[in-house]
Amino acid sequence: MLTPPLSSKTPPMISMREISKSFPGVVANDHIDFDIFRSEIHVLLGENGAGKSTLMKILYGFYRADSGRILLDGKPAAIQSPNDARALQIGMVFQDFTLIPAFSVAENIALFLPDLDTVVDLEAVSLWIEEMSARYGLRVNPDAMVYELSIGEQQKVEILKLILSNSRLLILDEPTRVLAPHEVDALFQILYSMRQDGYAIILITHKIKEVLECADRITVLRNGCVAGSLLRSNASEDKLVEMMFGRKLSGLKTGKKVIREETALPVLELQNVHTHGEGAETNLEEIDLKVYPGEIVGIAGVSGNGQRELGDVVLGMIECVKGTKHLFGKDVTNSSIQKLRRSLVGFIPENPLTMAAAPFMTVLENMAVTKTWHYALQGGLTMDWKAIKADVENTMERLGFSFSLNIPARSLSGGNLQRMIIVRELTHDPRLIIASYLTRGLDVQSTLAARQALIQARDDGAGVLLISEDLEELFMLSDRLIVLYGGRIVGSFTPDETNYYEVGHLMTGSEVQYASNS
Amino acid sequence: MTLLSVLGVLSSAIFSGTSLLYTTLGEIIGQRSGIVNLGLEGVMLVSASAGFAVTAITDNPYLGVLVSIIAGGLMNMILGFLVISRRANQLASGLALMFFGFGLSAWIGRSYVGAKIKGLPRFPLPGSSNLPVLYSSLFNFDLLIYLVIPMAILIWWLLFRTRWGLGLRAVGENADTAFASGRNPLLIRYQALFAGGLLTGLGAAHLSIAYTMNWMEYMTAGRGFIAVALVIFSKWNPLRAIVGALLFSGAVAFQLLLQSSGIQVSPFLLDTIPYVLTILVLIVWGGTRRHTAPASLGRVYQGTE
Ligand SMILES: Nc1ncnc2c1ncn2[C@@H]1O[C@H](COP(=O)(O)OP(=O)(O)OP(=O)(O)O)[C@@H](O)[C@H]1O
Ligand SMILES: [Mg+2]
Repeated sequence: MLTPPLSSKTPPMISMREISKSFPGVVANDHIDFDIFRSEIHVLLGENGAGKSTLMKILYGFYRADSGRILLDGKPAAIQSPNDARALQIGMVFQDFTLIPAFSVAENIALFLPDLDTVVDLEAVSLWIEEMSARYGLRVNPDAMVYELSIGEQQKVEILKLILSNSRLLILDEPTRVLAPHEVDALFQILYSMRQDGYAIILITHKIKEVLECADRITVLRNGCVAGSLLRSNASEDKLVEMMFGRKLSGLKTGKKVIREETALPVLELQNVHTHGEGAETNLEEIDLKVYPGEIVGIAGVSGNGQRELGDVVLGMIECVKGTKHLFGKDVTNSSIQKLRRSLVGFIPENPLTMAAAPFMTVLENMAVTKTWHYALQGGLTMDWKAIKADVENTMERLGFSFSLNIPARSLSGGNLQRMIIVRELTHDPRLIIASYLTRGLDVQSTLAARQALIQARDDGAGVLLISEDLEELFMLSDRLIVLYGGRIVGSFTPDETNYYEVGHLMTGSEVQYASNS
Repeated sequence: MTLLSVLGVLSSAIFSGTSLLYTTLGEIIGQRSGIVNLGLEGVMLVSASAGFAVTAITDNPYLGVLVSIIAGGLMNMILGFLVISRRANQLASGLALMFFGFGLSAWIGRSYVGAKIKGLPRFPLPGSSNLPVLYSSLFNFDLLIYLVIPMAILIWWLLFRTRWGLGLRAVGENADTAFASGRNPLLIRYQALFAGGLLTGLGAAHLSIAYTMNWMEYMTAGRGFIAVALVIFSKWNPLRAIVGALLFSGAVAFQLLLQSSGIQVSPFLLDTIPYVLTILVLIVWGGTRRHTAPASLGRVYQGTE
């Protein structure tokens, strides 16, 4: 790996000075100084709600700072809008995506191309995207509609959008949280080669391992202030965690992995389930799956191989065209979502903002929407808001999460939104939990808490279907592991029967054998 | 029913469908950028009366058409100021614009009711001159009729094949995303409304200066609302709008023919034929999972903090 010039003698490319920004009730950024150098990967760290995204949106012109200055090569730069930032060749991948579901991938990318012709030749753009995405190892289908794509594929489109936009300063806000390991590698290879060519890169991530792998310089934010800025060579995991939270964290108590009782009635049983998707969506085929009470079944697979469909078909968001679905032994193949929810099914979907939250409603209202029957008073004429608040606060305390309940969901930080969904879905002790990308966007501490809560639920006898691309998480939490590829189950193991290597191979389809499973 | 009456239906469908199609195209542009204009009726009336008055005064129908077009653009700018700059509710502002248009057009046209004008000149459809006079007179069309289908194709091309159209549709889907891509959603919405207003003005001009050559209060008789319905019917696609406008005005002409042929069905029921047809087509075409309506249609763009 090339060692870039790190001496602070080279002047910074961009300096942010004394940047402050408040939203009603919070100071998101409080007099922040932040320097970005050429040929550097600068990682921005901090707990959920620390103000990282806000600071980057100010740099990109999406928000305007209340006070402070931005200097480009020492000269003041007026960045009032993304248009100004883009003119200075600053580009950004947003944490909450800026993709238009009704547009094709090619149209979405074209929208962000700086030198797009007045008359757009979409076919040429498509061909070019296909070529570039293959070259960078981030394959996407340019003709697919974005609403057909899984979350991981959407993330790849976002990254491509940035790479193709010809920027000198690249801001990536949590680009890796839904990528498969080989895609993260591909992304880092791109970033390394851009760094070598003199680009400046700002990366936000919560995965400390990634930070230590690729960072040249690290800045930690805490409560809207800079807690410290240091070079990679001076950083260690413990030091970073302490800077972020002001204290050390304890480890995860995974408890004993249970051997499931074959005699018990499965919480969930899918028999020969098939689904039928539109366009570029994946079809599930011949899915046979049982989840017993008191076990966590991990679903491994590269995003886009049927995980979203699996979660959706269990909850009933999409139809089983063939096969049956049983919940606690009862046939629920054609039951409504409401009925499943009432049988205590918790569902954490892969994209909380579009699939689980009403962005313009308050957090508290969002907490009530999935259980309106439970809180209805006078036959539904009013709602028992006190009880909702009490229940929610109870769960929040159990998980150690805190966020405001009276603001619209859309103004929560990315991690707080995920916390909101987790709190909602774990309230009322669900008997079956379907969790996709459970720890998406969560900081280290919240990740621990969320995983601990899942283990607790399992120990209390709930069945859990955990969908993830993070093999480490799957191996740590699962009692049983299932690999999905191309909409089929291609492997079924207990974690100690297998290893990352074998599962990784199955996930990428390099060794496809249809394994029969129970 | 004779061949002559069938051709008559076709001819009058083309005449009345033209103004409908121009107006629908204008509304498609506006709605693609995220703005519903329920005031179309009023915009059309003001355009039609202004164009008619100028034609009557100057005796120059082309000048009248030009004034109609500009009036349409300006009327839409009133809506733009309310819903874009003042962030007012689109439905309420549209209705207010409509009532304003009723009043203003009645005032503009008050001394021209029943006035005779020289309308837009008509040219025979190439090839129709071989037909007997009785038939060929049905196929004498004005310039605006000849231009309407090319116009629909042009609008389709603008929306789906140009950078401007891409940005405009992006604003209608998600204005924040359009902003993040370096565009100014407010400016784009103004542009869309203005362009849409020009087309609405063209539709109104055809109605008063080319087709009826007449001015009466409330002469649009619901055309503005029908155009809004046709936008939905055409799924926001200018090419489908051609079919929609022709089908609708064909149904209107057909039921008028039925009424005049003395058929024993209540004229009130016959009147509903075009609408029943619209509902039927919506039932058959509707119900796919594909996104069709612009996602932030009707939503005020608040900007970012
Ligand atoms: N548009 C907004 N309106 C109101 N408050 C906001 C808005 N955007 C952010 N905030 C608040 O500002 C604070 C900082 O949010 P920000 O998104 O910058 O956090 P973050 O560091 O990116 O966190 P995460 O790791 O969860 O993404 C949070 O308390 C958040 O609720
Ligand atoms: Mg963030």
